[in-house]
Amino acid sequence: MGESRGGGCCPPMDLMRSETMQLVQLIVPMESAHLTVSYLGDLGLVQFKDLNSEKSPFQRTYAAQIKRCGEMARKIRFFKDQMSKAEVLPKELLEKESDIDLDDVEVKLGELEAELVEINANNDKLQRSYNELMEYKLVLQKAGEFFSSAHRSATAQQREIESEDSQQAGDDLLESPLLQEEKSVDSSKQVKLGFLTGLVPREKSMVFERILFRATRGNIFIRQTVIEEPVIDPSSGEKAEKNVFIVFYSGERAKSKILKICEAFGANRYPFSEDLGKQAQMITEVSGRLSELKTTIDAGLGHRNVLLQTIGDKFELWNLKVRKEKAIYHTLNMLSLDVTKKCLVAEGWSPVFASNEIQDALQRAAVDSNSQVGSIFQVLRTKESPPTYFRTNKFTSAIQEIVDAYGVAKYQEANPGVFTIVTFPFLFAVMFGDWGHGICILLATMYLILREKKLASQKLGDIMEMAFGGRYVILMMSLFSIYTGLIYNEFFSIPYPLFAPSAYDCRDASCSEATTIGLIKVRDTYPFGLDPVWHGTRSELPFLNSLKMKMSILLGVSQMNLGIIMSYFNARFFKSSVNIWFQFIPQMIFLNSLFGYLSVLIIIKWCTGSQADLYHVMIYMFLSPTDELGENQLFPHQKTVQLVLLFLALVSVPCMLLPKPFILKKQHEARHQGQSYAPLDETDESLHVETTGGSHGHEEFEFSEIFVHQLIHTIEFVLGAVSNTASYLRLWALSLAHSELSSVFYEKVLLLAWGYNNVFILIIGILVFIFATVGVLLVMETLSAFLHALRLHWVEFQNKFYEGDGYKFAPFTFIFTANEDE
Amino acid sequence: MYGFEALTFNIHGGYLEAIVRGHRAGLLTTADYNNLCQCENLDDIKMHLSATKYGSYLQNEPSPLHTTTIVEKCTLKLVDDYKHMLCQATEPMSTFLEYIRYGHMIDNVVLIVTGTLHERDVQELLEKCHPLGMFDSIATLAVAQNMRELYRLVLVDTPLAPYFSECLTSEDLDDMNIEIMRNTLYKAYLEDFYKFCQKLGGATSEIMSDLLAFEADRRAVNITINSIGTELTREDRKKLYSNFGLLYPYGHEELAICEDIDQVRGVMEKYPPYQAIFSKMSYGESQMLDKAFYEEEVRRLCLAFEQQFHYAVFFAYMRLREQEIRNLMWISECVAQNQKSRIHDSVVYMF
Repeated sequence: MGESRGGGCCPPMDLMRSETMQLVQLIVPMESAHLTVSYLGDLGLVQFKDLNSEKSPFQRTYAAQIKRCGEMARKIRFFKDQMSKAEVLPKELLEKESDIDLDDVEVKLGELEAELVEINANNDKLQRSYNELMEYKLVLQKAGEFFSSAHRSATAQQREIESEDSQQAGDDLLESPLLQEEKSVDSSKQVKLGFLTGLVPREKSMVFERILFRATRGNIFIRQTVIEEPVIDPSSGEKAEKNVFIVFYSGERAKSKILKICEAFGANRYPFSEDLGKQAQMITEVSGRLSELKTTIDAGLGHRNVLLQTIGDKFELWNLKVRKEKAIYHTLNMLSLDVTKKCLVAEGWSPVFASNEIQDALQRAAVDSNSQVGSIFQVLRTKESPPTYFRTNKFTSAIQEIVDAYGVAKYQEANPGVFTIVTFPFLFAVMFGDWGHGICILLATMYLILREKKLASQKLGDIMEMAFGGRYVILMMSLFSIYTGLIYNEFFSIPYPLFAPSAYDCRDASCSEATTIGLIKVRDTYPFGLDPVWHGTRSELPFLNSLKMKMSILLGVSQMNLGIIMSYFNARFFKSSVNIWFQFIPQMIFLNSLFGYLSVLIIIKWCTGSQADLYHVMIYMFLSPTDELGENQLFPHQKTVQLVLLFLALVSVPCMLLPKPFILKKQHEARHQGQSYAPLDETDESLHVETTGGSHGHEEFEFSEIFVHQLIHTIEFVLGAVSNTASYLRLWALSLAHSELSSVFYEKVLLLAWGYNNVFILIIGILVFIFATVGVLLVMETLSAFLHALRLHWVEFQNKFYEGDGYKFAPFTFIFTANEDE
Repeated sequence: MYGFEALTFNIHGGYLEAIVRGHRAGLLTTADYNNLCQCENLDDIKMHLSATKYGSYLQNEPSPLHTTTIVEKCTLKLVDDYKHMLCQATEPMSTFLEYIRYGHMIDNVVLIVTGTLHERDVQELLEKCHPLGMFDSIATLAVAQNMRELYRLVLVDTPLAPYFSECLTSEDLDDMNIEIMRNTLYKAYLEDFYKFCQKLGGATSEIMSDLLAFEADRRAVNITINSIGTELTREDRKKLYSNFGLLYPYGHEELAICEDIDQVRGVMEKYPPYQAIFSKMSYGESQMLDKAFYEEEVRRLCLAFEQQFHYAVFFAYMRLREQEIRNLMWISECVAQNQKSRIHDSVVYMF
């Protein structure tokens, strides 16, 4: 196949046809399997087929290893989590470091994890007691405040009431003002009040109070104080807003209820002494222990950070290794085990050109793993359709992406991407012709290209990512729009006499600038593009419209012709003469006898300067072909030519429709007969027939289906010839919209602001102009022109020949695994 | 019968319905169960589940797994899904979604109360509670000594409060009382839910009526079977049946006087939809009844997905997910205890 590509009509083009693929079978001895797959992954040119698809993941050969890798990946995730919490950055992987053993990594990871977990547990314990003490301190402070304030008011009151009770005051310090009345009324039946202090989460505090109230039937007294800063909860370790509470109760039953409720609400209780001296002592004690714990915790954290730092040094290396291993085992699981259990059998697609490299990799693997037997590499014959693989570089890949977004090419079918490289930016530029805007886009994309290396390594936003991926397409688009902009002679909608002064000039001094009459041709025709003198004249629009409209049709017809010619190359490549005679030729005749003829008329009209009405010519060519053309005649014998063309077009329609299904049917019958009665010794040949026949070999041949399919195809083409040509008029429409918009912004914003002769207004005008130009013209218009160019390629161009029902070659490679992020 | 739901449903419900249908696609299929049943140990189960929607929930679990961890993580996913949907929901769908969790609330209340009666640790009990049925003051339930206290202290703040009107007694709590309380609460809950769905109208009410009626009938049968041989009087038994469903009212009268399982069977076989369930069992057997009912329920829940523009899909999804978790628990237990022969006994396949 490789030779046929080189020796055919066209020179070898990597992008035109996808790589020739082969189904290879590798028989690898068990001991070198791992290394083989690893080397093939480095090579990245083999797409393994899953030979165990009927087995569930854990029944496969290497399920245990995958579990191991999963476990290691979990540990690595744990480290990553811990490192990001401690703000330790893993060291960048600078170069490929020496090979490390997976077992070592596993042991090392296990050790480190255990160590880290232990340190964490210790730290947590310390942190918890630290937090508890912290809370305790708060309780001591807040409750102390409460008691002292209560005490102050109580003593003040008491002093007023009675002075002999003073020896009791020491005991009943806690008797807050609320209880004072009760006491004064009924001092003989004094009940010893108990109290509890603690912290309760703020959002639960209201419910807490309510439940306490209900549970004790109101026989409690509760006070809460808000703690301003959030407190770290000892049990969860998270910051929480809390209140200090103090509850007074009477009786043991109430106490047990309150305790239960406290527990239920996650309210931490702390002992509290009524004695002021003891309180002060507690506070100092707690503060002392707090500072002690603080130093211990800091030491622990330091230790932990050192550990994380050592992990961070090797982190990327391990991460890469584990991912690679996991990928390797997943691939190994796709191989089938030989009956003898001594070797693995792999099947996969690979490009033909890679055969040597693959064999080389196999050999190296066999040598490196000290295997006694080498691996066997053989090519299998198959009827399966191989995957499509284009070798793209960073320039062509974006274009190929555009084509693939529509559909991946069938194996070895002509790739529209080749032409898209040029036609896509060109059609874009036809709609976006302005060399000022073109330069702006060029500068933007040059920035992306020049900083390519730096930008490629970092993560960009969604939209930026897209712009970056298509930077070379955008480069082409900007270059072409500078080119078309020069032809349209527009620089932010202003024409410049760049190449020569305008060919026309005023006849005399009286003629003003903005009129058409009175101009005479004084020099040679303007050498390149549009004469700037057209700008601002009354006939500017009719002239430009007519020009661009006709140009659109010319471009459209030529691109559609190119599409049909591509179908010829496809037919030749797949050796299908039916498609040449009954698809390519009638399509060619049909399109060109109608719209090709129109194109010819346009060119004749341009060359001769005739006044003929082309609409009229085209319409009456169908309505009354025999009528005289009159003043619309462009060349002699035009009527006869038109009659012939019309006849050809009419004849070509049944040619497209009828013969192909019948011929296919006949071919199928012939093949079937040949097969069923073939002598035994010709099996090789019949096999060959089968393979060239592709997957159709054994399929049922449904004539009605084929016929209906052909009918649809024909109708689509005939109607499509008209509608697609009309569709190309979007080139004119968008180009018009673009130039009109930009001239509106220039005249109605910039010139208007200029007219005021006021610096302030001028600055505002310039700002508005810049934002409108960037926002509307450079971003929105680029997008819309891009989409229309995309449509013209996907629909109008590619439906002439492109099947796009293939599938992409997805080789097993490590580059992808390394870049992929979770 | 049908309103014009299609016209306006998507304004508020479209996004959530899309989400729930997406979740439905994540439910394990028969093929998944077949694979799971072949697992040799819990790590295999984890590995298989890592390819499903549960993957991200299990991936960070260290290797010696326990059944409880698997179930816990799977439940966590259910709860996350539920909370996500609840956040997005507007009235009346949010109320509908809230109704779905009341059942779990009742179960949790009963669990805690029974636990404290037997002097279990509250924290331990809390861990056993279904996370969907949690409410703020649930731990306080342990304080209560009798129904009245229970209501007055805790439940008055919860949505369950209205259901308590029928079981307010000052009797001290005991196992029997609690069981009656559970069933009374459930009865009130189902009736309330049923009424709410009727009010919603349209396809929701139609499908939900069917599902809830099935639920009510199943409870009626279970109550009957469980109360055979206890001191529960016929009148009391009848009071526990929900006042709707296919069995209401004549079936209830007959069920109330049943004395053994074969009589129950005799009653139920008069109702065509249940005939199939009971005809699968041999006489005198009630072991397989649960599974038969579950299978029937799953079948009906799956049917709920056949129609569009109604809320029953949310109910169905939650129920199916719970069933799935039950299945996973059973499979994991069987695998963990090397009882693989019994693995198919209790797994209910969906889809």
